[in-house]
Amino acid sequence: MADHAHGGDYDAATGKTTTGHSWDGISELNTPLPRWWLYTLYGCIVWAIIYWVLFPAWPWFGGATKGLLGWNSRTVVARELDELRASRSAMNDKLAAASLQQIEATPELLAFARAEGAAAFAQNCSPCHGAGAQGSRGYPNLNADRWLWGGTLDQIHTTITHGARWTADPDTHAGVMPSFGRDGLLNKEEISTIADYVRTLSGNAPDAGADLAKGKQLFIDNCSPCHGEDGKGNVDVGAANLTTQVWLYGPTKADIMHRIEVGGGGVMPAWKGRLDESTIKALTVFVHTLGGGK
Amino acid sequence: MTQAQASDLGDDSPLYASAPKIYPQKVTGTYRRIKWILLAVTLGIYYFLPFVRWDRGPDAPNQAVLIDFANRKFYFFFIEIWPQEIYYLTGLLILAAMTLFLMNALAGRVWCGYLCPQTVWTDLFFWTERLFEGDRRERMRKDAGPWTFQRVREKTLKHVVWLAVAWWTGGAWVLYFADAPTLVGKMARFEAPPTALIWIAILTTTTYVLAGFMREQVCLYMCPWPRIQAALTDENALNVTYRYDRGEPRESLKKAKLLRSGGEKIGDCIDCGQCVAVCPTGVDIRQGPSLGCIQCGLCIDACDTVMAKIDRPPRLIAYDTDLNVARRLAGKPNAFKLIRGRTILYAVVISAVGGIMIAALVGRKDVSLSVMHDRNPMFVKTSDGSIRNAVTAHIVNRHSTARSFSIEVERPAGARVAVVGGDNAEAAPIIEVGPDQVREVRVFVIMPRNDALPASQELVLKLKDAASGASTTATDNFFAP
Repeated sequence: MADHAHGGDYDAATGKTTTGHSWDGISELNTPLPRWWLYTLYGCIVWAIIYWVLFPAWPWFGGATKGLLGWNSRTVVARELDELRASRSAMNDKLAAASLQQIEATPELLAFARAEGAAAFAQNCSPCHGAGAQGSRGYPNLNADRWLWGGTLDQIHTTITHGARWTADPDTHAGVMPSFGRDGLLNKEEISTIADYVRTLSGNAPDAGADLAKGKQLFIDNCSPCHGEDGKGNVDVGAANLTTQVWLYGPTKADIMHRIEVGGGGVMPAWKGRLDESTIKALTVFVHTLGGGK
Repeated sequence: MTQAQASDLGDDSPLYASAPKIYPQKVTGTYRRIKWILLAVTLGIYYFLPFVRWDRGPDAPNQAVLIDFANRKFYFFFIEIWPQEIYYLTGLLILAAMTLFLMNALAGRVWCGYLCPQTVWTDLFFWTERLFEGDRRERMRKDAGPWTFQRVREKTLKHVVWLAVAWWTGGAWVLYFADAPTLVGKMARFEAPPTALIWIAILTTTTYVLAGFMREQVCLYMCPWPRIQAALTDENALNVTYRYDRGEPRESLKKAKLLRSGGEKIGDCIDCGQCVAVCPTGVDIRQGPSLGCIQCGLCIDACDTVMAKIDRPPRLIAYDTDLNVARRLAGKPNAFKLIRGRTILYAVVISAVGGIMIAALVGRKDVSLSVMHDRNPMFVKTSDGSIRNAVTAHIVNRHSTARSFSIEVERPAGARVAVVGGDNAEAAPIIEVGPDQVREVRVFVIMPRNDALPASQELVLKLKDAASGASTTATDNFFAP
């Protein structure tokens, strides 16, 4: 039974008093804290009160109390961001001044551009092109070495700056594949014949009994204006190179037939105005050094 | 309890008490001498080590012990530790802990009594205090008396010297983080960086407060080690022990002589209180082991002095065990068991960890290659159908000169490499790495079109020093559809 009498007893064995708490006859000695420790506690209390007054502390209607210093974490972040920009400005200026080729040839600039490009890519490009720039059906894989609009540094730079089929930018890449099937330009059988021929361009096997000679003729009549007679495409109009193993919409005959049926092409926004020049340059170098750059 | 006692004592008894001030008395003897020597050696190392020079060539700092935060290096004489070798620190911490455990198993808290910075600096501060204010009795008399001019002067001088020592302590600390002579020069010209000054201020304050004022209270209230060691010690550890088998019953010197001449068995302790007077933590060792006892052995010296004066054998207080006291009381001989399961275990762990560290240090290479495979995408199919994997390679050059390396694929057979930002004209691209630097490069491994590639196979990259021909490899996986 705990006995909570006020005050304590004198303990002869130790010469100390007890706290008055006793359990089953065992009582607790009063061994006080040292005074400096007590003062430290008081000091902390004073500190806490000053803190309440100076900093945001108490929940209140319409937000916490503001505190006399007016400190808040948003302004701190804003200031730190400004400091960060200032600290990067020297390198950013160098990036803006150098040509794309110079950036790639200078290890220091290349490392900086790749780091900044990777960050900008994650923020702006990864929603369509994927976190690793691996793309997906209809969204080009930027690691691969087949380019719709060209894979040199300058061509990539133009594509990022003006976008593709982005009507708001007058300098954007233009060129749309007609909907050969849907608009009645070709019938189902002709499309199938062309698809068989197109698959042979990249070394894939056509269906058994395919009329490749007819397919080639149809290809030359309908497709070669953009894709070229050899099927190697044309970066000026975004016509894909059909002789490679890289397929934006899939390599099967059904994939190819569907593409001839509906035509069209992906849209990419123009980044000029949204991103500054040094960021676009960094992105260009980043994409170019992903492995597929020409 | 009676009501009278409760109201007299309980209600008025303080909940908080000021710590009684301890006035340790000057003492001479074996352990005091050991403590002075250790104090001189440890403080000497601490204060002067930053000025020791060590030639590492033109591009590296020539300070023997330097923690170089800016370049992320730790220099210790001939050893140079890079951040990726932080496991050496882990090893060092394991060694330190095990050594502490071993010391504890052999002789209790000897760390506390002889080597702990708190003890060493407090000893130095006690010495300063005695220098200006006199020994125990004198200090107690003065503190109880009025403030005289002499007392003010003595106290002022003491605090000035304390602050000077504390400042030097903080100053020496920062010298481990920058070139010492340069930083001293900057401090003399008041050009030292604010970081250095802040650290000096912090360590000056802690030294002054901890060694000058808090002293034994650090051990009693703040330090976890006294508590931890209670779980690590055992009855065979040599602790400072009052041999009550020899000491009791206590009598005054005269009475003891009288009774002894009458043939009675009288203890050697004459209750002179010298062991308590010299104790830096105010412990009475005769009451047995306690939290306050730091095993410094000063009470042994004090007691031996008294025993010599009263013509009794020394070591009434000694490094001994309660087990032996009990054995002697039972008429059995002493038994010291220093080699036992726990000390053997500690010794084995210490030699094992130490051995591994030495082996790792001796066997480490001046050049190393580590690779990290791209997580996304795992592989890329290129226009001709070949499969490309990308890895980020870290090349570490610990030489003090620039080196050029060639990188090539050992496995899978038939693959080739290309390096971003490198010379890709040759089969094995050349990469330049500056002196004492790490270079990160993106390396592509390309496998020609082969529809039968396994989904994953071993990838081995080989880095070859173009000058010496020495090579090192790194292993990862080559992925395919």
